[in-house]
Amino acid sequence: MTGFRLPDGGLIDRTRPVTFTWDGRQLRGFAGDTLASALMASGERVLARSFKYHRPRGVMSAGVEEGGALVTVGTGARRTPNLKATEVELAPGLAASGQNAWPNVRFDLGGVNDLFSRFLAAGFYYKTFMGLGGGTRQWMFFERFIRRAAGMGTPAREPDPDRYDVVHDFCDLLVIGAGPAGLAAAGLAAERGLDVMLVEQDFALGGALLGSAERVEDKPGAAWAAERAAALEGVRVLTRTTAFGLYDGNVVGLYERVCDHPGDTDPARPRGNLRIVRPARIILASGAIERPVAFGNNDRPGVMLAGAAAAYLNRFAVAPGRRAVIAGNGDSVYADAMALAGARVETMLLDAREMAPPELAEAAAGVGVEVHSGYVPVEAAGRNGVTGLAIGRPARDGHVRLERTVPCDVIGVSGGWSPAVHLLGHRGARPVWHAEMACFLPGRLYDGVAVAGSVAGVWRTEDCVAHGRAAAAEAVEALSGRRPKAPEAPAPGGWDTPILPLWEVTLKHRKLKSFIDPQNDVTSADVRLAAREGYDSPEHMKRYTTLGMAPDQGKVGNVVGLAVLAEALDRTIPQTGLTTFRPPYTPVPLGAFAGRARDRHWQAERQTPMHKAQDDAGAVWTDAGLWKRAWYHPAQPGESLEDAYVREAAAVRETVGMVDVSTLGKIAVQGPDAAEFLNRVYVNGFAKLPVMKCRYGVMLRDDGIVFDDGVTWRLGEDEFMATTTTANAAAAMAWFETLLQTRWPELRVHVASLTDQWGGAAVAGPRARAAIEAALAEGDISNEALPFMGIVRAKLRVRDGEIPVMIARISFSGELAFEVYARSGHAPAMWRALLAQAKAQGGTAYGVEALGALRIEKGHVTGAELDGRVTLEDSGLGRMASKTKPFIGMALAKRPDLAREDRPRLAHFHPVTEGERFSVGAIVCEEGKVAGHGIGWLTGVTAAPALGGGWLGIGFVRGGPQAWEGRTVVLADPVRGRETRARVASPHQLDPEGERMKGEPTHA
Amino acid sequence: MQRYNLLSVICGGLTGQKHWQRVWGHPEPKPHYDVVIVGGGGHGLATAYYLAKEHKVRNVAVLEKGWLGGGNAGRNTTIVRSNYMIEGNTEFYEHSMKLWENLSHDLNYNVMFSQRAHVNLVFSPAQRDAMARRYNIMRLNGIDGEFWDRDTLRRRIPHLNHDHGRFPILGAYVQPRAGTARHDAVNWGYARAATALGVDIIQGCEVTGFIRKGGALTGVETSKGEILADRIGLAVAGSSSLMAHKAGLGKLPIESHVLQAYVSEPLKPVVDQVIVFGGVGHFYISQSDKGGLIFGGDLDHYNSYAQKGNLPVYEHVIAACMQVLPCLGRVRVLRQWAGLVDMSMDGSPFITKTEIPGLYLNAGWCYGGFKATPASGHTFAHTIARDAPHPANAGLTLSRYREGRQIDESGRGPVPKLH
Amino acid sequence: MLRIPCPFCGPRDETEFSYEGDASVTYPALDAPEEDWFEAVFLRDNPRGPHTELWHHANGCRAFLVVERDTLSHEIRSARLAHGPTREALE
Repeated sequence: MTGFRLPDGGLIDRTRPVTFTWDGRQLRGFAGDTLASALMASGERVLARSFKYHRPRGVMSAGVEEGGALVTVGTGARRTPNLKATEVELAPGLAASGQNAWPNVRFDLGGVNDLFSRFLAAGFYYKTFMGLGGGTRQWMFFERFIRRAAGMGTPAREPDPDRYDVVHDFCDLLVIGAGPAGLAAAGLAAERGLDVMLVEQDFALGGALLGSAERVEDKPGAAWAAERAAALEGVRVLTRTTAFGLYDGNVVGLYERVCDHPGDTDPARPRGNLRIVRPARIILASGAIERPVAFGNNDRPGVMLAGAAAAYLNRFAVAPGRRAVIAGNGDSVYADAMALAGARVETMLLDAREMAPPELAEAAAGVGVEVHSGYVPVEAAGRNGVTGLAIGRPARDGHVRLERTVPCDVIGVSGGWSPAVHLLGHRGARPVWHAEMACFLPGRLYDGVAVAGSVAGVWRTEDCVAHGRAAAAEAVEALSGRRPKAPEAPAPGGWDTPILPLWEVTLKHRKLKSFIDPQNDVTSADVRLAAREGYDSPEHMKRYTTLGMAPDQGKVGNVVGLAVLAEALDRTIPQTGLTTFRPPYTPVPLGAFAGRARDRHWQAERQTPMHKAQDDAGAVWTDAGLWKRAWYHPAQPGESLEDAYVREAAAVRETVGMVDVSTLGKIAVQGPDAAEFLNRVYVNGFAKLPVMKCRYGVMLRDDGIVFDDGVTWRLGEDEFMATTTTANAAAAMAWFETLLQTRWPELRVHVASLTDQWGGAAVAGPRARAAIEAALAEGDISNEALPFMGIVRAKLRVRDGEIPVMIARISFSGELAFEVYARSGHAPAMWRALLAQAKAQGGTAYGVEALGALRIEKGHVTGAELDGRVTLEDSGLGRMASKTKPFIGMALAKRPDLAREDRPRLAHFHPVTEGERFSVGAIVCEEGKVAGHGIGWLTGVTAAPALGGGWLGIGFVRGGPQAWEGRTVVLADPVRGRETRARVASPHQLDPEGERMKGEPTHA
Repeated sequence: MQRYNLLSVICGGLTGQKHWQRVWGHPEPKPHYDVVIVGGGGHGLATAYYLAKEHKVRNVAVLEKGWLGGGNAGRNTTIVRSNYMIEGNTEFYEHSMKLWENLSHDLNYNVMFSQRAHVNLVFSPAQRDAMARRYNIMRLNGIDGEFWDRDTLRRRIPHLNHDHGRFPILGAYVQPRAGTARHDAVNWGYARAATALGVDIIQGCEVTGFIRKGGALTGVETSKGEILADRIGLAVAGSSSLMAHKAGLGKLPIESHVLQAYVSEPLKPVVDQVIVFGGVGHFYISQSDKGGLIFGGDLDHYNSYAQKGNLPVYEHVIAACMQVLPCLGRVRVLRQWAGLVDMSMDGSPFITKTEIPGLYLNAGWCYGGFKATPASGHTFAHTIARDAPHPANAGLTLSRYREGRQIDESGRGPVPKLH
Repeated sequence: MLRIPCPFCGPRDETEFSYEGDASVTYPALDAPEEDWFEAVFLRDNPRGPHTELWHHANGCRAFLVVERDTLSHEIRSARLAHGPTREALE
């Protein structure tokens, strides 16, 4: 037992004890504890195991920079790996456990790796495990074991049961960090009327003040912070909220932990919120992070940052040990040592500087701290916990002369402070090195972004407060034009005695195992090895050694590693360069980014106005983009797809069938130049199309490839309705707008999407007219009144009265067919009325599978054929192109390869052996040449009763069907293990003259 | 070149890692090279390596503006596959796959190519049908490919969202030989092997202009002075247009775009294959040997030379991730970064001679540059050394758009952001 | 997140818009020679720095905007309506 709870003090609530479990054992802490402080108070030292060597790890910090105590929290589907014990708020019922260890973190068989660590230097895996000979099999054998050994925590395999929300926020001023600078800034800005958001990653406000014994304006720091926080009027304060990224437009990403704790699980609230904030101004008051010094065995449990040792005492009333050595190179460690001594921890202070600041040294000695100037830590003793520290004095040769070992059970170390400038780097601003303070300071600031406090290298608390106010005043002035009275922004600095840069302690005659990245087990020797081998840019070193790539993201170690690299290369730190800060600042759960876009809510589901009518009747649905479309309509429950579509298609050929075509894109094209516009857009002409007639049209892309097709209705001299395929509805609308707004601004045309305004049903089959006529209340759809491609307005009789409809005589199936459109609100009634009449004629509703079968028989192309690579000629539509007017795509369609005669062209395919099955995606090959890219491919296959039964394919074959007359081809389908011999036929076998759809049906 | 093997690693352990030689040096540029490659990414380094190894052209320099492997070669999602359908691509990527399979041995550097299968999920019958064509073409070209039906998929990857997704997972097309490799190792392996063959890799050397004689290019102006060269190869994907302008090639059929990538914290194995899907969204994920989940999706969808991405694409990509792997909700994303990609007009690259004598172009890699690295270097070296393409890159010309011979796998046409 | 100042709608997130490429491309007449079309459709300046580009406010007012944006810093300098007659009528 080393750490222990003090009888009084701290910011914990002793009236609220909290029971939690650690590796299955029940332990107790208090409200206001973190998991780390509670474990420390319970005397737990080894909380984790390192990545590679499985060395024991304890608590090393008191914040998000934690590099040691990574734990798993929760069980089952709520198991969350890799949480830092220092960021986990203690809550009743919390179940935490060690990870990356077997059987447990205290006794881990993986620790054997440490014995072989000399062989496991940086990048060793690049040099071996390749095996002999060739191929990847031997590497993959080794890799299995490596993968199992690597990784840290184990993720759940069940779906995350919790919910996350995405919240969009706007404000005048976003203050990031609620330490002295942030609190002061938010306070002043709110007083002056700004709409302020203040975000703090901790569960309490106060920042560094929470863990310090410092007094501010004559009050204990934490009390001052609480007072300031309470006085923040009108400020939206978000605790447990991390600003993880700064993006273009000064948009900030926040992750807010809403109820992430056992006992606080309110089913009505999300686990966390992703908040996207669009502030007018930002003040970054993110503070600074203490960094360690590399010395021997500096990863042993009990070695921690000096400020953290004091924070456990001051904030959590936990003494991290009974005998402490605090080792540092700057002024900040004196307060840390004094706090420990004040709690009756026997404390020795090593100040690397030869001359200790006299006032501080005197004060420290006054409370019983043993101060040694010019001493540095050399090597920690003890395996599962520190038992002593070898100390020494720097010698002239740059190494350290070992002096003696002092007994201790906790070592607090400080190598200085690194301002948390990360967010500025997200937008590409490089920080600049400040040699005197041995740290990177914010470089260029973006418009609207200011920094305040220690993130700007301002170290004294009263200066941080002033800085916060100055930054707020600047924001107020920028937004309101009036500058409130506020102090000038202080200059960086504030230490009485300059810091002595100290990165690593080395001995002349013995190598120390000095860790720079304790999570990824990167030592200073690894950094030097990288430099020696030539991986000497910081990015190469980082990648070769994996420094800073662990869950702590190198918050403490990166600068130390950089300094060691610089020294190895005999360069300065700025000459060596810096790796780029990347978001997120601290890790964010994936669930938060998805928000509610989970499971069935991932993407919107579109339903046609006739969806419910069909669903009520038992339709089976399929997906077409975001749309739900009826796949087939079972005649009785359980009817198979194949039975249903054959039956439905047969009804269309023999009696009548009805299909929902509401998903087709419908675009109103209106204005004096509407006909001219369509003339330019479609390959065929529209100028001479009579009013109340419609015409099939095809559009090309700029590059001459077929874009889309559909029927366009002329409803008036200046009014058209262009229909598009379901898939291209949005693209066609955007395309029309592109042309009208950017290329042809002179055309007086307006377009609007009508897709959702109309519901449509295609009624097809020899008895289609009879079915519709039976439902007509008004209007004439006889062959004379409504010839092929004609349009009439009519009224249908529905259950509650009459509804207006538009009817066009359009056929996709090759049968006598009509498309009937009603306003969306009327569409369900229309569907029910027409279907009743269709059924009365012996017909049925049909789905998209039958629709596909009918169109394959008829040889109509769809998106399956028009895949963005075929030309007009390829798809058998070459004759549609106007020779008398230019159109989009005309020029580039003439390019040589597109004009080749032997390109694959649309064709039908019949199996040579009747009844033999084959599938879409089969490759058409010449007999005896079943290899390579073949000579064509299949885009559709169906049972084809109208063409004599058996299976029918549609697709492409080189040169078109005429090139293969009398010859057979092979339909190769190796993925499904089939090869089918087939003959090629014209795709226009069914009623090639179109008598069935154009004339009066006679065959029914 | 010092051999890397188990013995040398053991020896390293026993001697304090003192015996390792430098993998590459910091040579000063010579006044003249037979070939100068502009761009020290994977493709440039591989080109230099194959020039030296296969064509015995050893007086070669690779000029890199920053640090080698610092562009897309070091910031991609490391997927290697050869599941391409369109003539020109099929052969090229399979050529690459074959080189990958022996790359570690060839370079004596473990690039950790792990053939853990590429699993392409399908969500609708139409998609299943359309993709059948692609996998059949692969099979007919001697490339492995198969279909896993729902039951197989459920057995192989039980923690996929089999039952509650917005779209039903109907199965997956799988290329078993596909997988992932360690991107940095590829760059470093090529750099080390090229150095051993006499190639000068010159980092921190920015090409600022070109030296002309008549109509031909005879050298480059750099931040380290003028360097003459008989032949110059550009391999600067992301910045190809800028370099082409300088070289006098004029406008290229390329836009530069930002592509983001993400990595999670290190986890014990949870994603064994490369899992991807397209169509209803766009997403790909794999798990590195270190345990990080590496994933990505769409471009940010606007021209950019900034190596940073924006939040909307995070949300988009991760929602796609949660759609298929909802168990990852509590896993945390550790780092996000972005690369600059050359988006071409048909989604396919260029490895070609140019109209300027002495100038060769390797560009237009869109999303796909990493898996192409070995073949890109191999065929570009061939093209430069022989002044004529290798059969595997014969179709990857700049002139193909003039000829109407787009190599458009997605069929989306000349809109770079859509590929 | 790009925030694009739509002349009709005010500053809006990039997610409301669809990027439509280089606005400096002029498309030739429909019956212009193949070469002119080739250049317009396939070749791009692709500059590093200031770029004028089209954005379609697809999830908004559906206006096409000509936006001046820096492709390196992503800073947006201006946004105006692409449709000249409307723009002039509003000015």
